[in-house]
Amino acid sequence: MKPPPFEYFAPASVKETLDLLREHGDQAKLLAGGQSLVPMLNFRLVRPGALIDLNGVPGLDGIREEPGMLRIGAMTRQRAVERSAVVRERCPLLAEAMPQIGHVQIRNRGTIGGSLVHADPAAELPAVVAALGGELIVRGAAGERTIAAADFFVGYLTTAVAADELLVAVRLPVAPPRAGHAFVEVSRRHGDFALVGVAVTVTLDGSGVCTSAAIAVTGVGPAPVVAADAVAALVGQRPATTAFEEAARRVSAQLEPHSDLHASAEYRKQVGGVLTRRALALASERAAGASR
Amino acid sequence: MRRKEDPRLLTGRGKYAADVRLPGMRHAAVLRSPYPHARLRAIRRDGALAMPGVFAVVTAADLGDVARIPLRMGQRSPANPALQPPLARDRVRYVGEPIAVVLADSRYLAEDALERLDVEYEALPIVPDALRALEPGAAVLHDEAPGNIVDRLVTTTGDAAALAAAPVRLAERFTVQRHTGVPMETRGLTAAYDAATRVITLWGVAKVPHFNRRVLADLLGHPEHLIHFIELEVGGGFGVRGEFYPEDFVVPWAARRFGHPVQWVEDRREHLMATNHSRQQFHEVEIGVERDGRILALRDRFVVDLGAYIRTHGVVVPELTAALMPGPYRIASYSSEALCVLSNKTPTGTYRGPGRYECTFVRERLVDLVARELGLDPADVRRRNFIPPEAMPYDVGGGSLGQKTVYDVGDYRSAFESALDALGYEAARAEQTAARAHGRHVGIGIGCVVEKAGLGPWEYARAEVDATGHVVLYSGVASVGQGIETTLAQVAAAELGVSVDDITVVHGDSASVPYGVGGFASRGASVALPAALYAARKLRDKIVRVAAMLLEAAPEDLVIDGRRVAVRGMPDRSVAFRDVARAAIPGPPGMDPGLTASHFFEAPKMTYPYGTHLAMVEVDAETGQVKILKYVITYDVGKAINPMIVDGQLVGALAQGIGGALYEELVYDDAGQLLTTSFMDYLLPTAMEMPVTTVARILEETPTPLNPLGAKGVGEGGSSGAGAAIANAVADALAPFGVMVRSLPLSPDRVLALIRMGGPEMAPHTPNARSVPGNP
Repeated sequence: MKPPPFEYFAPASVKETLDLLREHGDQAKLLAGGQSLVPMLNFRLVRPGALIDLNGVPGLDGIREEPGMLRIGAMTRQRAVERSAVVRERCPLLAEAMPQIGHVQIRNRGTIGGSLVHADPAAELPAVVAALGGELIVRGAAGERTIAAADFFVGYLTTAVAADELLVAVRLPVAPPRAGHAFVEVSRRHGDFALVGVAVTVTLDGSGVCTSAAIAVTGVGPAPVVAADAVAALVGQRPATTAFEEAARRVSAQLEPHSDLHASAEYRKQVGGVLTRRALALASERAAGASR
Repeated sequence: MRRKEDPRLLTGRGKYAADVRLPGMRHAAVLRSPYPHARLRAIRRDGALAMPGVFAVVTAADLGDVARIPLRMGQRSPANPALQPPLARDRVRYVGEPIAVVLADSRYLAEDALERLDVEYEALPIVPDALRALEPGAAVLHDEAPGNIVDRLVTTTGDAAALAAAPVRLAERFTVQRHTGVPMETRGLTAAYDAATRVITLWGVAKVPHFNRRVLADLLGHPEHLIHFIELEVGGGFGVRGEFYPEDFVVPWAARRFGHPVQWVEDRREHLMATNHSRQQFHEVEIGVERDGRILALRDRFVVDLGAYIRTHGVVVPELTAALMPGPYRIASYSSEALCVLSNKTPTGTYRGPGRYECTFVRERLVDLVARELGLDPADVRRRNFIPPEAMPYDVGGGSLGQKTVYDVGDYRSAFESALDALGYEAARAEQTAARAHGRHVGIGIGCVVEKAGLGPWEYARAEVDATGHVVLYSGVASVGQGIETTLAQVAAAELGVSVDDITVVHGDSASVPYGVGGFASRGASVALPAALYAARKLRDKIVRVAAMLLEAAPEDLVIDGRRVAVRGMPDRSVAFRDVARAAIPGPPGMDPGLTASHFFEAPKMTYPYGTHLAMVEVDAETGQVKILKYVITYDVGKAINPMIVDGQLVGALAQGIGGALYEELVYDDAGQLLTTSFMDYLLPTAMEMPVTTVARILEETPTPLNPLGAKGVGEGGSSGAGAAIANAVADALAPFGVMVRSLPLSPDRVLALIRMGGPEMAPHTPNARSVPGNP
């Protein structure tokens, strides 16, 4: 379990990083927190010619409030996001998902951008960003572009980031008033990747009717599944068990999960519905609480 | 009493196998078969040898006609044909089988070179598991084992007709999954050869150093006294670490052949495919009972999946399964037939509680089914069947390890009631009922265990006082992290009248400890400690004798305190150990010179510790998740030499038992590929998966008469009952769904599948009706 040979680069700026990416193309791998990449290297599952270490590149981390948005630098450690009061206040869904990612030791090193670009099909963060409809800011030689979450997660371990581009930040909309959220997952053990996880937001109007909602499911396909059809079962209604159950049924029907060592497709389909119902109930309760 | 080992371990000063650094040392990496079954057509090594920093490539052809690795236990001849060679010669039989070893300047280079070895394989039909190995037309793994059966073990006791005559009979199938011990420290070896003295030194040996030294001497054709084994710290053994594996031959062979020190450190991926697997058994069992729940007869037939070769344990695991299947119950008619079968998977050996984890799961599930069938409380069914204390010693019928199974002492009912008391059984049942009314699925499960411990045949100890007055205790036992240094020192200190800190404990070094059996089978407290006790007692006699000479006093008037010997009541008339030691050669006439005394403690009979596991769980019937709310173990160890260590043994073993019940499984696909080769997929429980509350109640109600300490051994009982108790608890929690728990581990996916398959409660069986529902 030792990595194959590679060339190691430690750029000191974004520009230098982009130059290296242009030079090495798809032979290059970017090293952020290394919590997925390093094990994959040691198993020789990836064989990059060049390993470009982002840990010495300034300006890629930090959490910043922007009008209606929260901007989180790609190299911000997951533990920093987890402990951020701003995140807890402005983006509580993200805050709730954070402790469910791996273990403290993993989050101390792991970065938010690293996890999003790695795009593990059972990871928590892609589901959060998908549910919130976040934006991913990517920089290349030609400058910056913004990719909507819906367009970002392309497939299994694949995103819309080109080989010569670098994810620099993610922008997430801050929670509106009278909103509730929930991130619930089932994993084999504490800290494992989710067998199924559901990220949910619910927003109510002054009279307690749901004006908008979002549901994203992780662990059930190559990329997070956004359940628009299920959301339609809620919007315009007062949150109630029957609506949650209908949404859960629609989520379950929409899922086409895979089987693996840890859970069958049938399990994921069924539990995807169960967790949707639970998440919606919790999020609605919180939204109602926030309305009072 | 804190552990002597801990100051150095907790401050990072312990030295483990991978910490050895020698000048000129080469690093080894092992080429392992990617095929479960294939003929080796050719191995071309030129590409690897051409790489800079690559020193040598060793294949079976280089080793000459070296013998296969012999059995250590269970010397039954039919198993011998399938013994494993150190390197595969013309055929590989499991994924992970060693084919070649690369020596290079670093492990990185060695692994790079593995990719440049060009091996030509011809894939052969595979035998994916033991059940399919028995099907007509199945591929044959070893020509010497036709039908892939290496042994058939039969045990019969009592009236064979009792089962058919029983008023109520239940038949069921149970399986225990393949899983194994996963020590925190993987295996690792460093070997060096001194061409001047011809001494081969091996660091990183474990468990049974003296036996393995002899095996190595035989295989190498090297004089035993010119092989020096050094144990170092051992980061966990659990039965798997320290057996003689292929690498244990190849590494010292290469050091001697090339004259360079060679180090091999197993990585985790290797560990999961190369180190012994364990536990996989398929049982078909039938029980006959009276209508009040009294057991009349038990018949078990099982298949054990041994993997591709017979390793050092032979067929000991199925032997132990059969020997201890009756457990704590009086069963007049018992029969067992075990088929020992080969398959294209990693070979197997013992893992903490071998055979007992398996048989306890089967038996205790069955007892719960009896209770369910008869509408009785599972606690009451057990009460009606315990062997009473006055029946001890109790001959179970059958045997293992060359001994009849004769329980030495035991009050099973008492340990059982103690566990119910610790849980608050009646209150827990009430809580369960209340929870059920609120739609929560709480269950209580019982697992009664009879373990075995104290396997002989003997252990060696030597106690000495050196010329500076320091006490040294040498023991033939091995440390696998269980705290044996502390308990050895405790026993010797008490005997010698010195403090535990005054004693240096030496073990696992063949140069200073000439004899030893080792650290396994829960034998430390019951075999190694008595040896230390007697050696210390003999040493004390010599100390007193020499001091009496120096002090001109009668030996019976002398007392030992603070490494001095004084005349009782006259502290001024005393002599220090250092002076006693220096005067001990030649010493008084008639005494064997020197303050040294050794003892071999023989243990012809095993002792049988016992106890009860109780699990209280809550199952989320919508997600299949199992949460252990409370766990109780009572365990009678006869005498707890160090209660903190006993407690640690019970709780640590429980963690592994929980792993087997809920998480751990070595999974192969139908193509014979091992899928669980990392900790992402082989799931060990962590602290977070331990019960919310764990109570380990240590009992000392029935000291064993088999040794002077009364201690029975505690290494395994914390594990053995966990599969049973947790499975029973989950079945109990989900009783409203009519689920039938037949296999482990109870992953969320399997729990939901059980609920889906569950129907109404099983219809009562009528006499002579035999139903064997299919396995999930």
